[in-house]
Amino acid sequence: MLLSVENLRVSYDGIRALHGISFHVAEGERVCIIGANGAGKSTALRAISRLVPVEAGSKMICMGKDLLKYPADKVVSKLGISHVPEGRRLFGNLTVMENLLLATFARKDGKRIEQDLERVLSIFPRLEERKTQKAGTLSGGEQQMLAIGRAFMSARKIMLLDEPSMGLAPLLMMSVFEALKELNKEGTTILLVEQNARLALQFAQRGYVLENGDLALEGNSEELLADPDVKKAYLG
Amino acid sequence: MAFFFQNLVNALQWGSFYALIALGYSMVYGVLMLFNFAHGDIFMVGAYIGFGVASGLVALTSTGAVALPNWSILMLTIIVSMFLTAFVGMIVERIGYRPLRDAPRASAAITGLMIGIILETGNLALLGARRVRFPSLIESTTYNIGGVFVTNKKIMIVVVSLLLMFALNQFVRRTKWGMAMRAMAFDYVVVPLMGVSTNTIAALTFALGSALAAAAGILFGLAYPVLDPYMGIVFGWKAFVAAILGGRGSILGATLAGFLLGFIEIFVAMIFPSTLRDLIAYSIILLILTFKPHGFFGEPYSARLRL
Repeated sequence: MLLSVENLRVSYDGIRALHGISFHVAEGERVCIIGANGAGKSTALRAISRLVPVEAGSKMICMGKDLLKYPADKVVSKLGISHVPEGRRLFGNLTVMENLLLATFARKDGKRIEQDLERVLSIFPRLEERKTQKAGTLSGGEQQMLAIGRAFMSARKIMLLDEPSMGLAPLLMMSVFEALKELNKEGTTILLVEQNARLALQFAQRGYVLENGDLALEGNSEELLADPDVKKAYLG
Repeated sequence: MAFFFQNLVNALQWGSFYALIALGYSMVYGVLMLFNFAHGDIFMVGAYIGFGVASGLVALTSTGAVALPNWSILMLTIIVSMFLTAFVGMIVERIGYRPLRDAPRASAAITGLMIGIILETGNLALLGARRVRFPSLIESTTYNIGGVFVTNKKIMIVVVSLLLMFALNQFVRRTKWGMAMRAMAFDYVVVPLMGVSTNTIAALTFALGSALAAAAGILFGLAYPVLDPYMGIVFGWKAFVAAILGGRGSILGATLAGFLLGFIEIFVAMIFPSTLRDLIAYSIILLILTFKPHGFFGEPYSARLRL
């Protein structure tokens, strides 16, 4: 198993956001976590990236290593887990190119960095055009492309994506998910968190349904898409 | 007219001191969102380290063990002291501020003041309550340029300061370390997602600011060779004002504001009795800040982005 999470508990200011959930992601998979706003989806990703502290008893194993032994920056540079955060969180005062290059800060595989950069710019040619522009001046769609490109530059073993569809027009959304599929085909395992359940389940092979900090359901995407409860609650 | 230019030269010299110190304030404020109120005392520590290094090298030369011309002693003193003081700055960050990264900002401010007191009294305990004399490494030569008297020291102080400011600017703009500093000033929460350790960048920021303060301390020691443990307090406050005036984290802003402060002080003293100098000078700055509350190049505070 590439990444397995067991009994993950997270609290914010004494209020528990995740009540001990367990899930896993296999090499090369596309997995999604769907659920309503506030169900704890983002929290799960932040816990993996070590941006929020987890409670005792939580276990996370990545490639046989105890993920909790790694601080946030080492989760990226040593375990190869990148994260496209909610709201993109680009460095608006840096140029597009600087955003991409900063993500390679800890990498020492110079040749490979060049290849990855070329790959990002070929998947998102718009970024090539906007190379010297400040990231803060990009349109919403371009920002999402840069956020994904930046994550890919930082690490490409596993990519965590937090609501990449947010604020995007349908056409743009499609092309972003196409690009993600490409990256997945090239070997990047994807764990996606989405409010847009239909989109997420069409993209992913497997899914988990998160409700109020607990896992309610899990299964193959087709099963979940056909499940009457999922249909009623998330697919409208 | 010569009188005006004479003051201009002095203003440039004082502006150099203020600007060099203000840069450290501003960078730390920009990257870490905290005021390092011990920064003036880091300037003092830098001056003393410079005093120690220079005295050591002079003594070494006089024993004949090594033959170093004075100008090379000076350059060595500046470089070595910048490194050593950078180290002091990193220790201050590690012990004083890192444990308080997520604490309310007031805690960090109080800690800064305490660190300042520790550095001052530590110096007293170590060297005793006496002033020390910075070795005069370069023979003072005065040039008369059309009635304006300029010393070689003043020229050197301004030139070295400008070079250091330029070097800092290049570092922050062109290197990946500088890129990480700018990124952290914008949104420190997601910086680790780039594989960048925020602790490393925090330490780097303190190191750079402290190194510049050390340079300011040595240059000050050249011009005004009497050092005392409390010399950093007033400098610290003034450079702090310059950093605010320049705008959060702005290198250009802190530099310009530092020089502006020098100019205002010198020219106020030229017109008014010197006892009123600070009163009038800082009233002018208060007036500027009334109209530009974020300083020259500062952006309005956005609530710092959090998770």
